Amino acid sequence: MTAQILHLARRSVIRTLRQPANWITPLVFPLALMAVNTGGLDAATNLPGFPSDSYLAFFLAFPFVQGALFATVNAGVDLARDIQTGFINRLALTPMQSGALLVGHLGGVIAMGFLQAVWYLAVGLAIGVRLESGILGGVVIFVLAVLIVLAFGTFGALAALRSGSTEAVHSLFPVFFVFLFISSMNLPRNLIETEWFRVAASLNPVSYLIEAIRSLVIEGWNAQALALGFGISLALAVVGLTLSALSLRSRMART
Amino acid sequence: MRTLTVARAVGWRMLHNNFTTPSLLIPGLAFPLFFFIAFAGGLSRVNDVPGFDFPAGYTAFQFVFVLLQSAAFAGVFTGFGIVRDFETGFARRLMLAAPNRVGILLGYALGAIGRWALTAFILTVVALLAGMEVGGSGVDIFALYALAVLVNFVGLLWSAGVAMRLRTLQAAPLMQLPIFLALFFAPVFVPVELLADWLETIARLNPVTLLLEAGRSLIAGAPERVGIAFTAVFALIAGFFLWAVRGLRKAEAAGG
Repeated sequence: MTAQILHLARRSVIRTLRQPANWITPLVFPLALMAVNTGGLDAATNLPGFPSDSYLAFFLAFPFVQGALFATVNAGVDLARDIQTGFINRLALTPMQSGALLVGHLGGVIAMGFLQAVWYLAVGLAIGVRLESGILGGVVIFVLAVLIVLAFGTFGALAALRSGSTEAVHSLFPVFFVFLFISSMNLPRNLIETEWFRVAASLNPVSYLIEAIRSLVIEGWNAQALALGFGISLALAVVGLTLSALSLRSRMART
Repeated sequence: MRTLTVARAVGWRMLHNNFTTPSLLIPGLAFPLFFFIAFAGGLSRVNDVPGFDFPAGYTAFQFVFVLLQSAAFAGVFTGFGIVRDFETGFARRLMLAAPNRVGILLGYALGAIGRWALTAFILTVVALLAGMEVGGSGVDIFALYALAVLVNFVGLLWSAGVAMRLRTLQAAPLMQLPIFLALFFAPVFVPVELLADWLETIARLNPVTLLLEAGRSLIAGAPERVGIAFTAVFALIAGFFLWAVRGLRKAEAAGG
């Protein structure tokens, strides 16, 4: 089974690398948006109660989550294409275990997520952000970023397995985008003035993923933020993985 | 007369396609609304940033940006439709049938304005329901929407020029990205003087800044540099009209 997983993970990574749009977009676009938002909202640090004097440091968590979203959709599209082209049906004729397909696919997503996290953190440090949690905090950011990619990745895989359609997976992008924007990505929740938006951001799990990474950058060690971030991403991963495994069972039915 | 007949027929077809195909209609409506909600709702506290003194409030400040953004992107999305016409071979038949091919371009422009009109109407209703303050008079608001129509025309002419030169959907990022960058390297969230230094330098060179500032002054009821903004947008239209017509000629030369 391990060999099968490694083969499929390797295939997933190579396929991503062979499509420049699939790795250039997640590396460039979140940072471009970070540049625009940081330049545009730098003055927000003058608001009373703003938790940092650097909007760049405050916003650095955003690329990690948006990059996870890109990686997820791209990988989900690849899996859907495997279904559309009949690759999965051909795999079903081999002795390969169906679980290896899912784990191998997610392995590729995680590898991309890790590379993205390295890139975002390197760029952040290069342009002057200092981690309040130190080097160990950087390591925790990597672990959390990978866990977030895994959590999102399971839902990308689920959409691909349920629909078998690249278009359906693409249509997930705006949904994820809504979750990203209706969150505390631009301002801390206690500074969001519009009540319904603050409530929506508080109910939105993505807020806690962003806040966990952000806490390591601007606060140091905030146990509550980290517990929520790790807990929510782990819960999403477990739910997504379970549902994906069930969908895969019917998709790979060897009858 | 022939030009107008062609334009009307092409425009009607674009509108029919847009309003009867949910996958074309919904994103064009949903994304501007979503941006408006996310920016005006999530960032309203920016109103309290020292130095931010827009009299009509943050909702109106963001409304102008989203209105102009939706206008520009309705033009760009119409460019995707032009590409589809080339990819399916419809454009070749259209060119054979049209006695005046500039009418085709005008028809696409009518389609772009029509698809944006619905978005602008819904966006305006949502903004008013959200409590947007309007300080401008009827003339000011008319000028604001006129400015947006012209921005829609700029977006359409740019994307039509690209579409008719490349004639493939792979050119979609080339149609979107320059517009996206021009819009976001402008004072989107705060007035230009509150931007970070590097962004302020870019924004002051960006004509979109002029359009945004004029639009915001109109909604606030204190028109400022409106004449310069209209002059700038007419200059852009003149430049991109040449760009689009030359693209049309290249498409003709390539046989559609």
